[in-house]
Amino acid sequence: MAFLEINGLRKRFGSLEILKGINLTLDKGGFLVLVGPSGCGKSTLLNTIAGLESITSGEIRIDGDVINDLHPSKRDIAMVFQSYALYPNMSVAQNMAFGMEMRGVPKPERDKAVAEVAKTLQIEHLLNRRPSQLSGGQRQRVAMGRALVRQPRVFLFDEPLSNLDAKLRVDMRIEIKRLHHQTATTIVYVTHDQIEAMTLATRIAVLKDGELQQVGSPYEVYNSPANLFVADFMGSPAMNLIEAKVSRANGATSIVVERPNASKISLPAPSSADETKLRDGGAVILGIRPEAVSDPESADRNSKNIATFNSLVDLVEPAGSDTFVVTTIAGKEVTARMRADADVRPGQSVAFAFNLDKAVLFDPASTKRI
Amino acid sequence: MSAADLLTAAPSREPTRHSTVTRVVIYGLLLFFALVYLVPLVVMVMTSLKPLDEVTGGNMFALPQKLTFDPWVQAWGEARIGVSDTAGIAGYFWNSIKMVVPAVLISTLLGALNGYVLTKWRFPGHKLVFGMMLFACFIPFQSVIIPMAVILGYLGEFGNTLTDLTGFSFGFGNATENLVIVHVVYGLGFTTLFFRNYYEAFPTELVKAAMIDGASFFQIFRRILLPNSAPIFIVTVIYQFTNIWNDFLFGSTFAAGDQSPMTVALNNLVNTSTGIVEYNVNMAAAIIAAAPTLLVYIVGGRYFVRGLMAGAVKG
Repeated sequence: MAFLEINGLRKRFGSLEILKGINLTLDKGGFLVLVGPSGCGKSTLLNTIAGLESITSGEIRIDGDVINDLHPSKRDIAMVFQSYALYPNMSVAQNMAFGMEMRGVPKPERDKAVAEVAKTLQIEHLLNRRPSQLSGGQRQRVAMGRALVRQPRVFLFDEPLSNLDAKLRVDMRIEIKRLHHQTATTIVYVTHDQIEAMTLATRIAVLKDGELQQVGSPYEVYNSPANLFVADFMGSPAMNLIEAKVSRANGATSIVVERPNASKISLPAPSSADETKLRDGGAVILGIRPEAVSDPESADRNSKNIATFNSLVDLVEPAGSDTFVVTTIAGKEVTARMRADADVRPGQSVAFAFNLDKAVLFDPASTKRI
Repeated sequence: MSAADLLTAAPSREPTRHSTVTRVVIYGLLLFFALVYLVPLVVMVMTSLKPLDEVTGGNMFALPQKLTFDPWVQAWGEARIGVSDTAGIAGYFWNSIKMVVPAVLISTLLGALNGYVLTKWRFPGHKLVFGMMLFACFIPFQSVIIPMAVILGYLGEFGNTLTDLTGFSFGFGNATENLVIVHVVYGLGFTTLFFRNYYEAFPTELVKAAMIDGASFFQIFRRILLPNSAPIFIVTVIYQFTNIWNDFLFGSTFAAGDQSPMTVALNNLVNTSTGIVEYNVNMAAAIIAAAPTLLVYIVGGRYFVRGLMAGAVKG
């Protein structure tokens, strides 16, 4: 049985339904990332697990116990807030010990637990300082320390890195990942940053408008997105989505992309698609990640399914490690990832290699993957 | 908070060509108005240090020829106040202290508690409740007097009943305690307004964090909110102290004779219709009456603008 279980959870504010029947499970020691655009209900979902918001219907279980109506302090959870929420009138040590103090843990025990966690997080030298005397990264560590010190069953993180600058954010991301490895804690983490989600999670749940779009490992969510929303949301630059038509002839299925000012492109059907669902002449949307579109020289040699054709280059974005080349196919911008030293200029006609092993097809009507 | 922000965010003063002239004009005006403002106080202090013949015979602005502290001694302990037998204003001064200290503390703490509930423990209809409390700020003193007298009358009867039963009234019916009740009730609207607006900006995540940490309703109030409320606490105390200490209407209505507060006693001293008017004693008494509010401003003013919330959240 899963450690954290959410069954049919609904949350309504008046007539507005924020969470529309969420079902989620997480194993002990797992790292679940709730990701989605602003207002998708991910923070509300986290708050319902914390008990800071009541739920309209459904069930939340931790380790088999239903915790729906328990006070936040009785749920054996700890939360790291976006603003860190350190008590400004207390020292770092007092901040960390406050939860234990409220639970009546004797002082020597509190001091011992604080010292241990401070050592893990390398904040021993900060214990007597006030939050106002700490830098952003240090506050972040203290906030995590305050959560860790009580050894709760589940940790909740509410966009903990969004107040840090870009470099520190990457450092702290690695820190959190390392901490998760070391302590094997169960974590639910909310973010709107899909890179954080990919790098940290053992399990990603993508939310939109209060509904789960897909739950799975980062690999599954990235490579086999359940629908167009997930395909577009996860990954940066975003997945290329090209309108196309199915053509079935002589037992072979191909995907045809019409181009207004150039010859049409005929591509073999991606291996991921269920061919029985493809109907001759039916409209589909071809989804292909920028890294699966490249110059022919750097295309994946292990792929059995590469199609090459020429197209005019609109824009070249050198990113240091790679060069992103933007072209227009069937009215849609398509981004390709090429070698860093690829000699490509806007206006040139360049060969693009599509790796169709890595492509997916979507039904434009239902937006689901085929 | 907004006042503190405005003060700390003063524009940088960059010297320009016109700056000297502008500055002379500005400081000249400020100095002039400061002098105008200070003249009454200076005259009061000087008059209070002169013997009576010097006051009646000499110039108001003349420095004392013969320095004497007798008027102060008289005002404090010897002067006859109205028709009362009590000598000097000392007793009334303590009446005021006994009224102001509990009234200020109770109304401030209740205001803080109200502000806490109205911002962090919202309930359906919290806006209506706050609106009604806000309305209390606009009720004129005069309109409260008669209903308040009726209620105090009932409380006095209750005190009598208690005295019959237990031999002790628990303060019900006592004029000073009545005034404490009146001022707490009347001040609650203001103190609630101050604290609600301050706590509105207080990060709710701190309260949530404390909830998860297992702190109870009052523990959160005492350990998290109150220690971070120093600026608004001082603002409220100064405001309430000044208002209650300076109140005359409630004092003269609900307390009589020896139980009157300082302001009423000062009026009785100055308005005496028998004998000669001892201006020097009056002035000394008036300064004594004003001293506590002055002291509160001087002591509290320093903390007025200190933003103690700096660094609570974010980077």
